[in-house]
Amino acid sequence: MNGYTLRRLGRRLAYLLFIMLAVTALTSALGTLLPGDVAVTMLGNEATPENVAALRAKLGLDLPLWQQYWHWVGGVFSGNFGESHRTGEPVLQAIKDRLPVTLEIVFAGQVLSLLIGVALGVLSAARRDGWIDRLVTGSAFAMISLPGYLVAIGLIYVFAVWLGWLPAGGYVPFEEDALGHVRCLVLPVLTLALVEWPVFTRTLRSDMITTLREDYILMARAKGLSSRRILFLHALKPSSLALITIVGLTLGRLVGGALVLEVIFSLPGVGQMIVDSILTRDFITLQGGVVFVTLGFLLVNFAVDMLYGVLDPRIRHVGA
Amino acid sequence: MSAPEGLAVVMPAAAEPLVRRPRAGMGWLFWCSLGWVALVLLAAACAQWLPLPDPTRMSLMSRAQGMSAAHWLGTDGLGRDLLARVVYGARVSMTVGLLAPLIATFVGGALGLMAGYWRGWFGKFAMGAMDVLLTFPPIVLMLVLTAYLGASLTNLTVVLAVLFIPVAARISRAVTLALVQREFVVAARALGATDARIMLREILPLLVLPMLSFFLFSVAVVIVLEGALSFLALGLPPPTPTWGNMIGEGRNLLESAPHVAFVPACVMFITVLALNLIGDAVRAVAEPNRGH
Repeated sequence: MNGYTLRRLGRRLAYLLFIMLAVTALTSALGTLLPGDVAVTMLGNEATPENVAALRAKLGLDLPLWQQYWHWVGGVFSGNFGESHRTGEPVLQAIKDRLPVTLEIVFAGQVLSLLIGVALGVLSAARRDGWIDRLVTGSAFAMISLPGYLVAIGLIYVFAVWLGWLPAGGYVPFEEDALGHVRCLVLPVLTLALVEWPVFTRTLRSDMITTLREDYILMARAKGLSSRRILFLHALKPSSLALITIVGLTLGRLVGGALVLEVIFSLPGVGQMIVDSILTRDFITLQGGVVFVTLGFLLVNFAVDMLYGVLDPRIRHVGA
Repeated sequence: MSAPEGLAVVMPAAAEPLVRRPRAGMGWLFWCSLGWVALVLLAAACAQWLPLPDPTRMSLMSRAQGMSAAHWLGTDGLGRDLLARVVYGARVSMTVGLLAPLIATFVGGALGLMAGYWRGWFGKFAMGAMDVLLTFPPIVLMLVLTAYLGASLTNLTVVLAVLFIPVAARISRAVTLALVQREFVVAARALGATDARIMLREILPLLVLPMLSFFLFSVAVVIVLEGALSFLALGLPPPTPTWGNMIGEGRNLLESAPHVAFVPACVMFITVLALNLIGDAVRAVAEPNRGH
């Protein structure tokens, strides 16, 4: 760690803090704009105006917006994200409960799509303009135009309705029934994989084609190394910079919950929580969810930036 | 899920164009796509003059029927004609799908052009604001705004436009930044041209193609997003048919009548695919040096 790296790290952390403040302030403002009064919702329609006013005072809803926000920010720095107005559940606990579900499908889906994406990307770069390449490129293009929810519906139709092999939705905790748990996650993971691979394949293919033109590849070939060795050992690593960026972006976005996916397959993940909190005007929960999603996105991208240096030593030394 | 959710992958990025040689004609795929999009637009525009049944008239006698002479694409769970609903649904999809990107292209494009040209405090401030909007989880922003404003055609358009403005601004700023260094801009400045003249006469013409290609891709993404909103119960409420809420309603009938979901799904897929193909061809023309 030299002075330069430290300064760069400091600047990035300050930027991160600024973005987080701006984003949460925006959510706060949006949240109070939402029609409907949480206090009325909590007490039911028979509540007297006095009761409502008392509850609003207790929740701090009668304070000006900036004071509410300031109060909330103060809480966050001492590890308190507030309690849901609707259920009284601490928001941090709610996120912790739902996170494993989201992480499980997101990581499994990401790994599967990377496997497909890298295999097909390398294959079509190696057999450039051949029929395999044309098939892969063509189907990748078609798949990019297929929104995730249509993939989900197609898979539900084939595997749940038609063949009846897998459940169409719902969630079984691992402790209760390990097999049932895996079965209910297959379709969401498969959906995710099918949606993500085309982007990975296209990115890798185009970078790989550039790499394969380099002199050291010619040299490796001249030395008589096998194609597989050249492709996977010599060409893959330097071709994967853009791919890593895309993976980072996708992962960062998905850590916050694959919202539509979780709703379609009725999985109790972070995405489902965020959607519910919007529909029920539970904006303390929403606020916590947004912090989590944004932080996840920023941190993953931060990690990706650090990874660049590992993958390409030239980037590491710039400005050092 | 990538496409409907992230603006990060709004443009199928960093890949080479499918249409390889734009000079040697656009290829039949391009013309087919253009034809399909034109057909959808025409049908949406002339829906009330076409000999179609009322898309909201229910008929309990003919629920969830397959294809027949009376109902070419069959009927949905409430006995409404699917062809009529797809055509009227195209109205919503196409209105939102064209207007939101159009607003985003103009507002974002202008912002990016100015931010790229005046790189001082204005540029910094404008791009900082765009960064905040971009970091904000897009689908959450979309959901909160629609929940707040209520789902109507106008609100949906505005919300989706806001979502795409930062992306448009980024692209237009990047192009502008590359252009302001070029000799013809320096020459124009040396000749005493005003800032406004340089921006409008020297830089703007070169922004047209990249922005057009952004526009075409975002039309596809907006059509998909409208459907996602319907899935989360925040889209246009029934009985107004939209492709999104048709697919959503059809989802509950997958067991007894899968075509109710698959008909609008196919139409949406073909339209999005066609738009992406057109966008790809435009990008191949706009960036002839890209690809291999």
